[in-house]
Amino acid sequence: MLDIKNLQVRAEDKQILNGIDLHVNAGEVHAIMGPNGSGKSTLARVIAGHPEYQVVDGQVQFEGRDLLEMDPDERARQGVFMAFQYPVEIAGVQNQYFLKAALNAKRKHLGQPELDAMEFLQLIKEKARLLDIDQAMLSRAVNEGFSGGEKKRNEIFQMALLEPKLALLDETDSGLDIDALKVVANGVNSLRSPARATIVVTHYQRLLDYIIPDFVHVLSAGRIVKSGGKELAFELEKKGYGWLETGAEPVGA
Amino acid sequence: MAQVAEKLQPWRTVLETRPQGGPRWLQDLRDRGASRFAALGFPTVRDEDWRFTSVAPIASTEFRTAPPGIVTVQELAAVPYATLDFRLVVINGRFSAELSQLIGLPTGVRAGSLGAALTEHADVVPRYFGQLADFNARSFVAMSTAMTTDGAYVYIPDGVVLEQPLEILYLTAGGNAAEMSQARTLIVAGDRSQSRIIETYAALRGGVYFTNGVTEVFAGEGSILDHYKVQQEGLESYHVASIFVNAQRSATFSSHSFSLGGKLVRNDVNATLDGEGAEVTLNGLYLADGDRLVDNHTEIDHARAHCPSHEVYKGILGGKARAVFNGKIIVRQDAQKTNAKQTNRALLLSDDASINTKPQLEIFADDVKCTHGAAIGQLDEDAIFYLRARGLTYFEARDMLIHAFAGEILDRVQVEPLKRALEAELYAQLAKDLAEMDAV
Repeated sequence: MLDIKNLQVRAEDKQILNGIDLHVNAGEVHAIMGPNGSGKSTLARVIAGHPEYQVVDGQVQFEGRDLLEMDPDERARQGVFMAFQYPVEIAGVQNQYFLKAALNAKRKHLGQPELDAMEFLQLIKEKARLLDIDQAMLSRAVNEGFSGGEKKRNEIFQMALLEPKLALLDETDSGLDIDALKVVANGVNSLRSPARATIVVTHYQRLLDYIIPDFVHVLSAGRIVKSGGKELAFELEKKGYGWLETGAEPVGA
Repeated sequence: MAQVAEKLQPWRTVLETRPQGGPRWLQDLRDRGASRFAALGFPTVRDEDWRFTSVAPIASTEFRTAPPGIVTVQELAAVPYATLDFRLVVINGRFSAELSQLIGLPTGVRAGSLGAALTEHADVVPRYFGQLADFNARSFVAMSTAMTTDGAYVYIPDGVVLEQPLEILYLTAGGNAAEMSQARTLIVAGDRSQSRIIETYAALRGGVYFTNGVTEVFAGEGSILDHYKVQQEGLESYHVASIFVNAQRSATFSSHSFSLGGKLVRNDVNATLDGEGAEVTLNGLYLADGDRLVDNHTEIDHARAHCPSHEVYKGILGGKARAVFNGKIIVRQDAQKTNAKQTNRALLLSDDASINTKPQLEIFADDVKCTHGAAIGQLDEDAIFYLRARGLTYFEARDMLIHAFAGEILDRVQVEPLKRALEAELYAQLAKDLAEMDAV
């Protein structure tokens, strides 16, 4: 589904990614871990098409097509979704109105008819129940005045509604209490299917107790320095990221 | 200065041939206005209140008073806002009985020609007319006063509720000559009365013309008055207008100002909270493109205690448009427990658009709460990316953000057909501006 080769990225004058290779098949969950500044959020944001970054070299293919050639909105319509680390507050735009616009943009792309008001309400009520979302959140402005946890839930809610092929979670777990964490994990797990893939970017192993990854990759200084199964996450939890700086290997490697 | 005197000469001639007649007090008032205008001349950018707005284009044009204009019923129907049941039509400064539709207003309500009321409603009008529109330091108000002929008059007796909104349409019609109209309005809303009044300024002609407007509003004790001003003058025209409001004890007055047209526009709103518990809300939304200029000056005078005031002005500027916002709040010594909040925001759609904005707080009481904030900027790039990351195109994302920005003010309009007409006009104008920008 996603094929990244030698991806090199810079923001302003600073090189952040120094040649990433990553292959994600449909049905898989990959966790990207690493210390602060290792480039893991940058990787997610580059895949989503954030304009702040310049791709210096390398390729990113999504379902056999050149993802880097696409505008961010086209990527979204093709089925790429990033849950933002810092969801943006948009004053004056009602959450529900925004969700409908997003959903209809995708449906239009797929050649499906737009949902009418009743069908849409039905759908969001159903999804809101699934994710334990307060209905009142839907009539408020997008993320405006939301608590940190509400913002993250709103991201997962959007994901549940848009049903992406590839979901990227950019540190969605940071700042969440255990209940919110479970809600987020439920949302992700309910979307797991052989046709979809998920990339979970996280600093901590905690979320991976609830979203069990098939693969774990460790990023350091813009490179994947180690890949493994879910057990790698436990080792990182025990050992921390200190070994990356000293050049030593984690326990059991 | 000789140059100024020379420029003023044609204006002096106009004022010397000002209308005569009517009651003695009115003639005296006109005379005082004329001599004050002659003494003041036009303001210049050296005047603090006109620092960023030069009225030289008005002063240097030899405007003559517009002759009576003719507007057909069909033409009137094409004016986007002329859709309400009750309307008072003024053409080139003169009341039009033919086009007005005032039958069916509640008993005791007077709505019609100001010219007629100046003479006929002698027990009320002299107590109010000219009482708020102080022209001592205001040239354009002095001019309006000197030229007083006709205009719109609305009188709502105590306790009367106007269920339906009343629209006052100021239309400019006629040829292409440089003509001016005096748009003079007097609104007296009795104690505990309730009403929604819309003043619309539009033209059925193009070219250079000048509208000089003065509106006086008396909001009696416990009255509720929702006032709308829609300025959609021709794009080569000049529009200078002041609204003076006096809100008595426990009155609730709201002003909604929509400024969409005109080449050089100056809107003044001066509201005095003149009784305890009175509440004033000033909402404003303005749009300008090309090389147009929109200047909004507001002044809220907290003269009594326990009065809240709320103010939100927003502007959207494209092209090389310029805007000025000056929001003055005065809290007098006795006005304890004042709660005043002012917000001013502007969205600049192009690099060449600009705004000069200034809050001006003059606080003489100690137990008050006054806040003000200004935010000027371009569209939020993070928000654009967020919306695009959910599948909306750049254009859809941009439109959504601009509509949200304007929507905050539009949503406060309590007259549904007016709100729809304003949305249509505003968004059509924006769509045109944005299409032009994208084409570059």
